[in-house]
Amino acid sequence: MIFIWAFIVAGLMCMIAQIILDNTKLTPGHVTTLFTVLGAILAFFGIYDKLIDIAGGGATTIISNFGYLLYTGALEGYREFGILGIFSGLLTKGGLAIVGSVVFATIMALIFKPKD
Amino acid sequence: MNKEEYQKLVKKHEPKENKLENTIFAFLVGGTIGFLVEGVIQVLMNIFEIGRIEASSWTCLIVIFIASLFTALGFFDDWMSKAKAGLLLPTTGFAHSVSSSALDYKREGLITGLGSNFFKLAGSVILYGILSAFILVIVKVIIGG
Repeated sequence: MIFIWAFIVAGLMCMIAQIILDNTKLTPGHVTTLFTVLGAILAFFGIYDKLIDIAGGGATTIISNFGYLLYTGALEGYREFGILGIFSGLLTKGGLAIVGSVVFATIMALIFKPKD
Repeated sequence: MNKEEYQKLVKKHEPKENKLENTIFAFLVGGTIGFLVEGVIQVLMNIFEIGRIEASSWTCLIVIFIASLFTALGFFDDWMSKAKAGLLLPTTGFAHSVSSSALDYKREGLITGLGSNFFKLAGSVILYGILSAFILVIVKVIIGG
């Protein structure tokens, strides 16, 4: 079942994003930012946890998952170290995607030439 | 030619995009990525006997690696413009924006080009992601989380 839900959840999210792109003047940058913030908001209400339980990879591969990871990292930081933990904990989980992109993008940029 | 005629002419020559087709395509592409990612997670969990969180983290890195590689090889831009939101919303979109700006600005130097423009497109995701998560956690703390 998790495979079907992974397909449906990821597909629906992309579909909503496409509808926004087609019918408003918002750019892809707006839409990805919007969905990241949406992920943090869904995490706040405890909905994103359930979404990941149901859809697994379908929910974790969407950019909203980044907002969710930032939120949960900050919250766990707070529970462990108090106010300071919000600052130090915020990127503990979401940092993976940032560091991954930095490392791989730099390697690729140094190896390959841009196609014109 | 007055303004009205001009507007009509512009409208006539505007590329017509089939919205329904775009929407269905985005659903299928996005869904397929979700499906494949779940598949990779399951395979990693079974082969290396690791937990789901660890497996999804590795899968996230694999997806970023593939998207960066395909961007560098040059054909991911075409895919992005065809699949639109289907590739934009998954982690592939984030990785693509970072690696394409890294590639494009490399020629302007490692500091003023690559370094300064690295997060040109992904910067807003990181900035507003951090801000919204920060504010929401503060709210959560205040209302007693």
